[in-house]
Amino acid sequence: MPEAVHHSDALAHQFDSLEQQKEAATLGMWVFLVTEILFFGGLFLTYAVYRNWYPDAFEAGSHAMLIWAGTTNTAVLITSSLTMALAVHAAQTGRRGALMLFLVLTMILGTVFLGIKAFEYYTEFTEHHVPGAGFHLEGPEFYHAQLFFSLYFVMTGIHAAHMIIGLGIMAVMLWWSWKGVITKDYYNPIEVSGLYWHFVDIIWIFLFPLLYLIGRHAH
Amino acid sequence: MTEHDHILPTRVYYLIFGTLMLCTYLTVQAAFLDLGPFNTLVAMAIAVLKATLVILFFMHVKYSSRLTWAVVIGALFFLGILFALTMNDYLTRGWH
Repeated sequence: MPEAVHHSDALAHQFDSLEQQKEAATLGMWVFLVTEILFFGGLFLTYAVYRNWYPDAFEAGSHAMLIWAGTTNTAVLITSSLTMALAVHAAQTGRRGALMLFLVLTMILGTVFLGIKAFEYYTEFTEHHVPGAGFHLEGPEFYHAQLFFSLYFVMTGIHAAHMIIGLGIMAVMLWWSWKGVITKDYYNPIEVSGLYWHFVDIIWIFLFPLLYLIGRHAH
Repeated sequence: MTEHDHILPTRVYYLIFGTLMLCTYLTVQAAFLDLGPFNTLVAMAIAVLKATLVILFFMHVKYSSRLTWAVVIGALFFLGILFALTMNDYLTRGWH
């Protein structure tokens, strides 16, 4: 089959065509993301149950968040999703230089996000907003607001862990792009890495209003 | 690259990016208005809209196979079961 010989570099032997190979890669990534959706789903569900029980404590806790940091990080992450989408587009059209540029930009934006997050954690540690014996928050909701902060640290912490893993994936993608592994016939790794990156963005799209924006109007 | 690939023009990505940024601005502005119980509703509606745009365009699901669609919808279906059956318990505990 001349076609198979022509595509031998890009096409693994167990697949009939490049199209089928890409379909399998995309589907496989989505199946993984399903487990991630349900993993984070459990945390969002916990949030929903406790916020329903202690709405005032959650609003008081949320009011102590740095809204400028959360809003900036939302913009940073959305921009990183744009550069990721443009990286996939560059891979699809076989523009290696543009692909590497957009991967680097995505990594820079991801690092900026983590830097701002680290500054927030530092601020919350110094202001005694970490649940435990040293916890302090002005107002009557002092005690139950620790539930809000527990969920805040766990949810944003796991999200940040996903970002760090994402940066590792992007570093490998950059390496593969540099080596010429990624071509317009074989850009599946870039495509599925993009799916992961966008998924992590989506988690933040829900975390941002639930953690930073509730109870803003009340004060 | 195969002839069945859908390579979107980059202006689609810039348009989605602009919409996502606008939605972020709107959700922050809305948070400072006192809408009562609708604050959470508006915030979640905007978040769902943003997530949908990311899934359909940035993640190319709009142009993916029906099998991929089935997996995505299936995930949301099971997430719905997780929430519906749990909240069905917790939200009704106050009824006497």
